[in-house]
Amino acid sequence: MMTGNIITDFSLLILFLPLMAFTINIFFGKRLPRQGDWVSVGAILITLILSLSLLINMFMNWDPNFSHEATMSWIDLGAFKIELGFWVDNITIVMLVVVALISSMTHIFSLEYMKGDIRYNRYYAYLGLFTFSMNGIVLANNLMSLYIFWELVGVSSYLLIGHWFEKHSAADASKKAFLTNRVGDIGFFIGIMLLFTAIGSFNFQELFTGVSQGMIGGTLLTLAGVGLFMGAVGKSSQFPLHIWLPDAMEGPTPVSALMHAATMVAAGVYLTVRLFPLFSPEALTIIAYVGGFTALFAASIAITQNDIKKVLAYSTVSQLGYMILAVGVGNYVAAFFHLLTHAMFKACLFYGSGSVIHAMHHSLHDLHDHDTDPQDMRNMGGFKSKMPITNWTMTIATLAIAGVPFFSGFLSKDAILAGTLAFAQYHPQHFILPVFGFGAAAITAFYMFRLIFMTFHGEPKMPTVFKGIHESPKVMTFPLVLLAGLSFFIFYTLPYFNPFSDHGWFTELIKATNSVAPGNPTAAEIYEGVHHAHYLAMGLSLAVASLGIGLSYLTYLKQKLSAETWANKMGFIYKLSLNKYYFDENYNRFLYQPFLKLSRAVAYVDWDLYDKYFINGFGRVTNILSRITGRMDYDGLDQTLVDGVGRSAQGLGKQLKKVQTGRLQNYMLFALIGVIVILIIQAI
Amino acid sequence: MDSLTNYLLVGAILFSLGLYGVVTRRNGVAVLMGVELILNAANVNFLAFARFGGMNMAGHVYALFVIVLAAAEAAVALAIIINIFNNFNTINVDEVSELRQ
Repeated sequence: MMTGNIITDFSLLILFLPLMAFTINIFFGKRLPRQGDWVSVGAILITLILSLSLLINMFMNWDPNFSHEATMSWIDLGAFKIELGFWVDNITIVMLVVVALISSMTHIFSLEYMKGDIRYNRYYAYLGLFTFSMNGIVLANNLMSLYIFWELVGVSSYLLIGHWFEKHSAADASKKAFLTNRVGDIGFFIGIMLLFTAIGSFNFQELFTGVSQGMIGGTLLTLAGVGLFMGAVGKSSQFPLHIWLPDAMEGPTPVSALMHAATMVAAGVYLTVRLFPLFSPEALTIIAYVGGFTALFAASIAITQNDIKKVLAYSTVSQLGYMILAVGVGNYVAAFFHLLTHAMFKACLFYGSGSVIHAMHHSLHDLHDHDTDPQDMRNMGGFKSKMPITNWTMTIATLAIAGVPFFSGFLSKDAILAGTLAFAQYHPQHFILPVFGFGAAAITAFYMFRLIFMTFHGEPKMPTVFKGIHESPKVMTFPLVLLAGLSFFIFYTLPYFNPFSDHGWFTELIKATNSVAPGNPTAAEIYEGVHHAHYLAMGLSLAVASLGIGLSYLTYLKQKLSAETWANKMGFIYKLSLNKYYFDENYNRFLYQPFLKLSRAVAYVDWDLYDKYFINGFGRVTNILSRITGRMDYDGLDQTLVDGVGRSAQGLGKQLKKVQTGRLQNYMLFALIGVIVILIIQAI
Repeated sequence: MDSLTNYLLVGAILFSLGLYGVVTRRNGVAVLMGVELILNAANVNFLAFARFGGMNMAGHVYALFVIVLAAAEAAVALAIIINIFNNFNTINVDEVSELRQ
């Protein structure tokens, strides 16, 4: 049992240890032995231990209503107050463990993956900065500090995507990620300010109370909700701001696993989970449609990608869409559940891809082949004999993401799909939402097994490269094994052992709270609906998962169906998907280019018209004016008045000089005359 | 004859003679002598007031001070004149006009 003070202290340590590692590494990393990686690894392991002890404490308490808040005044200007603080409840603790665990695995994995990198110490420093910021988001109890940390993860994401900034594509990708996030963050800030103006507080609890008292409602509340959700759209890479995440794969693979799969992109989902009670029914509908559409849409792109990391990236977008969909239909506990399970298996998949790329890279390097793309799955095949651990762990994670029973993804996906079914039963006009969900589930199963089959099975496509492929060292396989282990159902259903049940520590400790926005169903009603839809959802999801896996098996392993024939038959759709629906091109043509043109026009007005005529004209007029005043000053004032005073003094002196004859008698005479004059004046 | 007016008259004549000497003489020593006359005119006045004007012993004391002062002044002035003579080879005060310019 921990008291509140200990929990506060632990939270402080969890927050600031990674920041300490960042500070040490950024300033002294280069001079430390091993470039200071042990500082970062040590700090993150202590963070992990502290987070785990909070988790154990949570299990020992077994209190679904546990909540602890600690605040500190930051800015106090009379009526205007900003506080910094922690809000620790069961959701926070689970999220802290996820962040600390995946972050530690990334730190360990990178020891080998990043070995010999030119900016090794900076890489570890940035990882520390990211972990600090992410923990800040997780612990925040008010929107203001959450927003600060929100931007900080944006910065660390920018720094880490652009880690190899010598590569043009990496530098561009980091800029793209940062700017795309900006678009969402504008909405986020507007949402925060709307709530603050109406309620006068940033604190979550006070906001909930304010909304329940009706201090903000109707359209304004919907607008605020959509604004907050825009932040999540940017950070969690939802349609139409999904374009940055696939490009973010330019960063080192462990970073992709940590930030662009498991934690940072989940921050948007975490935000909507945290603020769920605030969203009005209309805002939730928008959220559900954006999430559902993103889930299906991103999955349809992932099918045709050949870059192993791009497949995983679109898969991440799709899975995040799932979570957002779950929030939108009100089943936000399921969204958080999927966040948790997804973090484990998706991080595992990314580490696996990292391991494969690492092997490819070394093999190509030994062959002095610098043209072949080490990430292209068309260059792989048959790796299962050379990389057994990577193969097995990735296969387990793939089974989890595909929603196969006995694995974690099955539980969480099932909960989400049940939520959509229940929602569609209450609101038949939204029947499309479960279609999005199940469609995405089928496609996910298909393309994930396509990845596995193309990489690890079949004949090696480049036999010379294949010869040089070898399993990665233990430092890299350890995180893989650990996370693959955590992809089994058992870790989420304890203390029960039924892999098909929707009961477990998670569902018992993390209870949905009622929405405070008017018009939303209560948590109990949502739970009731989900519970009823449970078996139907399970059956359907099993069916679509088997369909996807079966098609993938027939196409890529047995070669009974030819992918090429299908691609040719559906040439137009295939091309659309392969080119990601031309989003980048269209954004370029319809947003960036017109914007650039507008900028150029504005620059023309500013530079060629305003500057040239107005500013320069102003300068010229000033020039003439100053010439005139200069003339006046120099010729008039200086020459006559100032010099005149001097000259007159000189003249007077010349005159007076004559009195000074140097003759004593004269002086005496003057004195005498003076005395006489004085005497006469006195006499009068 | 023994009245204040007569004494003051003598003092005034002495002062006038001294002033005339100071203003007209070109010889430095003669100028100095004129100054002595002026001082002694003052002495005569002091003593006259001591006797008739009620100044009493204070008049005598002032007269003694003036004599001492005159001696000191004569010593300094003669030293100056010797220096002038050494520098200009003359004691004619009209010709000592280096400061004039």
